[in-house]
Formats: sequence, C-alpha cells, structure tokens
Amino acid sequence: MITSLSVEPTGAALAALATVRDPELDEPITSLGFVVACSVSAGGHAQVRLRLPTYFCAPNFAYLMVADAYDAVSAADGVGSAEVVLEDHFAAGAINGGVAARSGFVASFDGEAVSELHQLRADFLRKAVMAGTDQVCRPLLSAGREPAELHSLTLGELPASAALDRLRRRRAELGLAAGDDSPLVIDPRTGAAVGSEGLPLHLRRARTTRVSIEANAGICSGLLRRRYATPGLGEEDK
Amino acid sequence: MYEKNGEKYFVVDGHLHYWNAAPDNWVAGQEQYAKGWIDCFYGYMGLGPPDTHWPIEKFQKYSQDDLMRDVFESGHVDVAIFQPTYLLEWYKEGFNTTERNSLMGEKHPGRFVYNTRWDPRDGDEGLKTLQRNVERFGSKGVKLYTAEWNNTSRGWKLTDPGAYRYLAACQDLGVKNIHVHKGPTIWPLDKDAFDVSDVDHAATDFPELNFIVEHVGLPRIEDFCFMAVQEPNVYAGLAVVIGGLMHARPRFFAKVMGELLFWLGEDKLLFGSDYAIWEPKWQVEGFVDWDYPDGEEFSDYPALSAAGKKKILGLNAAKLYGIEVPAEFRVPVQAGAPAAAESAKLVTEA
Repeated sequence: MITSLSVEPTGAALAALATVRDPELDEPITSLGFVVACSVSAGGHAQVRLRLPTYFCAPNFAYLMVADAYDAVSAADGVGSAEVVLEDHFAAGAINGGVAARSGFVASFDGEAVSELHQLRADFLRKAVMAGTDQVCRPLLSAGREPAELHSLTLGELPASAALDRLRRRRAELGLAAGDDSPLVIDPRTGAAVGSEGLPLHLRRARTTRVSIEANAGICSGLLRRRYATPGLGEEDK
Repeated sequence: MYEKNGEKYFVVDGHLHYWNAAPDNWVAGQEQYAKGWIDCFYGYMGLGPPDTHWPIEKFQKYSQDDLMRDVFESGHVDVAIFQPTYLLEWYKEGFNTTERNSLMGEKHPGRFVYNTRWDPRDGDEGLKTLQRNVERFGSKGVKLYTAEWNNTSRGWKLTDPGAYRYLAACQDLGVKNIHVHKGPTIWPLDKDAFDVSDVDHAATDFPELNFIVEHVGLPRIEDFCFMAVQEPNVYAGLAVVIGGLMHARPRFFAKVMGELLFWLGEDKLLFGSDYAIWEPKWQVEGFVDWDYPDGEEFSDYPALSAAGKKKILGLNAAKLYGIEVPAEFRVPVQAGAPAAAESAKLVTEA
C-alpha cells in the first residue's frame, strides 16, 4: 500500500536511477543523460529505457549500468517489478536478457567472459578515489601547502566540501577507511597512508587520473549530444 | 607543409584512412554492426568545427579526389601514413585494407606510407600474409586493433602467445612500428578492454620495436602515461586527442596535452588527423596556434614551443619511418628527455 508519506513512484524510481553511476566516468547515469524514459504503472511495474553515447560502448560497463539500474529501481518505493532496457547498443540483446533473467555477466555473454564484474568495478572505484584525491588536494596545494605536508592530514581536518563527501563515499564503498581520523592520502589498493616521500608522485598520478576521467566524460557527452537531440531524464539537474 | 609566423612545419599525418563503409560493402546479416561502426565514427566527426562536418553519405564513402584535396591540397600534409582496419566480419572488402589504401599511392608516389596489419588469431596463414604484404607494400609498420571480432572471438591481447610470434616476425621483417589501437571488446569480456598493460610487456620484450599507442590510450590516458614513462620505445598517437578535444573541449584538451608533455615529452608524441573522421586542415592550423589557457590549473604544465610542435606535427614520425625531411623544416636535436625535469625525478622515486 502506498502511504501518503511515499514519494510518487515514478519520482522514486528516477531518484533511484540517480544513485546509479557510470563506473568509468564516476557520474550518475541521470546527469550523464543516459536515462531516456522512466515510468511506474498503477500496479507498480517500472519501465526504464537507457541509452549510451555510442553503439559500441564497452559491454561490461554497459552491463553494470543496466544491472545497477534494475536493482536500484526494483528497490524503490512503490515499485513491485521492473524492466530496464538498453537501446541502440550492439550487445543490447545479451545485456537486457541477462539482466531481466538475473543470470549474471558470464551467463549473459556465453563463452566470452570468465568472471563476474566485481574486479572491474573495484578497479574503477580505485580510479575514482585517485581522481577524488586530486579534487580534494588541489585546492590545498593552490593555497600554498607543500605536497609533503599533506601526509599528516586527516579527513576530519579538512573543510567540508562536496568533493570531500564524495571521496569518503568512494573509499567506504571499497571498504577503505573514510572516518574523520583517517589519513587524507591513501593507496587505494592497500588502504595504507602514503608517506611524505611518495606523496609528490601519488598526487601527480591522482591529477592525471582526474584529467583522464574528465576528458573521457567530455568526449562521451559530446558524442551523446550528437547522437540524440533530446536531453535525458534528470540531465538538467547536473 | 605549413608556414605561420615565419616557422615552417613539415607535416606527417600519422593516422588516416581511405575506407568504404557504404551499404554496398556491408556483409549480409552483419549490417547492424557495419552501420553501427560508421555511425559511431560519424559521431566523432561531430566533435570538430561545424563547418567541417560532412553528410553521412559522403562520410560512408568518399573519393580519392576528396582525400587528396582535404589532406594534401588544403590540409598541409606532406606525407600520410595509412593505418588499416580490416573488420572483415562486417565489411565485404574490409573497412580500410592495405590493398585499398595502396590504390591511392599508385597515382601519387611518395605521398603515402602503407602500414599493414595482422591478427594473431589468423595463425600460420596470417604470418604468410604479413610477409607478402610487407614485400608488396613496403610496410614498415602495422596497425593492430585488439577489439576486432574474428568468428566468435571478441578480441585479443599483445601478450597472447600467438601475438608474440607475429611481433617476432615483425622484428625479422624490419617492420619496426607497431601501432596499437584498443577498442571496447576483448577476451575475456569481463576485463577492461582498454587496458594497456599488454603493451607494457610487449615493449619490454621487443626493445627493437617501437610501440605507438593510438589515441594515447583513450579512454585510459592515465594508465597509458604511467606505462609509457617507463618504456623508452613507447610513443603516443594523438589522433582523436586533437580532433576530438581541441575544438569541442579546449580546456580538457589543454590538460591532456599538459599531461602527455609531462609524462612522455614532446619527442614521443605523433600527430594523426584520423581522416576522414576529421580533416587535417583545422587540426594542423589550430595546433600551431594552440597554447594553454590562462589559469592556475595549467600553470605548471610543460610549455610547448614552435620547435616542439614541429616535432609533434611531423619530425617525430619522420624519424620512426625514415622519411627524408628537407633541411628548412628540421630543428636542432637536443632533447630526448621528458619535457619536465621534475618528471624524471618523480619517476626515479617510483
């Protein structure tokens, strides 16, 4: 039963989609313009349509987005069942069928994959932590701090910011320390604090990782705009 | 050649194509892939200046005259290097084969360099074809597309045992320049298809070969930079970086150039227009005029002088391919180290 406290179901489903990220670009699929349609029927059946910048976007990341969208929407208030369809993609049949049947990546791509995508997702979360480290550290360096000084700082000593919140969330997702007393700069592979001698190189790598992800996002959004004339649902909230 | 402000640039286009992707060349039953591929390329063209966009019909199949005019007459290019991509699963005569490219050169001697290709999944037969192509076309380089589909396989890695046989053959045949283009699929599909760690291994194991990573490893520029800084025989092909970012996203372009100059330096970067995705004219002219925007975020990137631009636009590729460059276009040889002394320091700390 839908109570008066519930968000209207389609709104709840769209809000759920805003929690789904493109693992490579580390941005919500809504603000990237990937959500074409989202509706929930009176009976609680959600229907979602997704799109990507090209016909040949990597199938493993595409699968993760469709599967995550399915899980997020299925759990939204007022949704009893869900159908998520990726459009205009070379592997749409395998992905849509596999996600609908909840059969996993290996079974969806018979003979072409050997593992599920946990490792891939973790690899890209680590990249997101590196990029996020640059987002948080660059303002400190611009304000005149030396790279080597940053090794003694903890997350709790930094001024509040959206970038800091985001970095904490990405670290937590990887199971890495994200509390106030955790070191600011850590190796995302081991979770160990980066020592002062390793900091300049680590920060340099963090910066390059951020530039790479942002440049990719720039190309993807340009391609999406060329491919589709209309904005996606939630894209204007960017 | 291109001349601006008294500086003369010898232009080697290190990455271009003469393709046929029109419906007459689509394999029956594979039309959606053949169409999807060229539509995807067409999207990239949209990232260039609007007055350089073509109608899709011309983009699918352009003429030899179009290419000669766009690349040499108005595009400032002196020598162009064909990088074939076969895609025989989708295109009947191939998308852009060595044979098709060679048709151009018969009429225009001295203008083109014909790279060929191989695919380790073609086994012994492919090795014979490689040798034949090297004899017939004088190839000094190959273009490898690791995401190419071959029967039921969706891709391969340079570290596959079959690939090492081909790399050894390249070394024996004098095919010194290995251009690597990563794509969206690989075997197995759960791995990151754009990962460049296989290039790292191959570059270490074949030190006499040069590995030019096309599109600077996009979308994995960071992995590429961290790998390339450690390998003296790894280079970056700038196709897509200039075409896809310089006009559409100038601030990102500046950052990517800054990163490449920081990690690799100006001696390791090779211009490529990726024609017919983008015409070289606006890319060459824009790159010669290019400098970092104002702003703190760009302030510590290595500067790029006219001499550095000459290397990137032609001299670096001329060196790898043994192309004779008239004296008026050369620059004094000195560098060789990455642009920033700081980077060398960082690397020794790694």
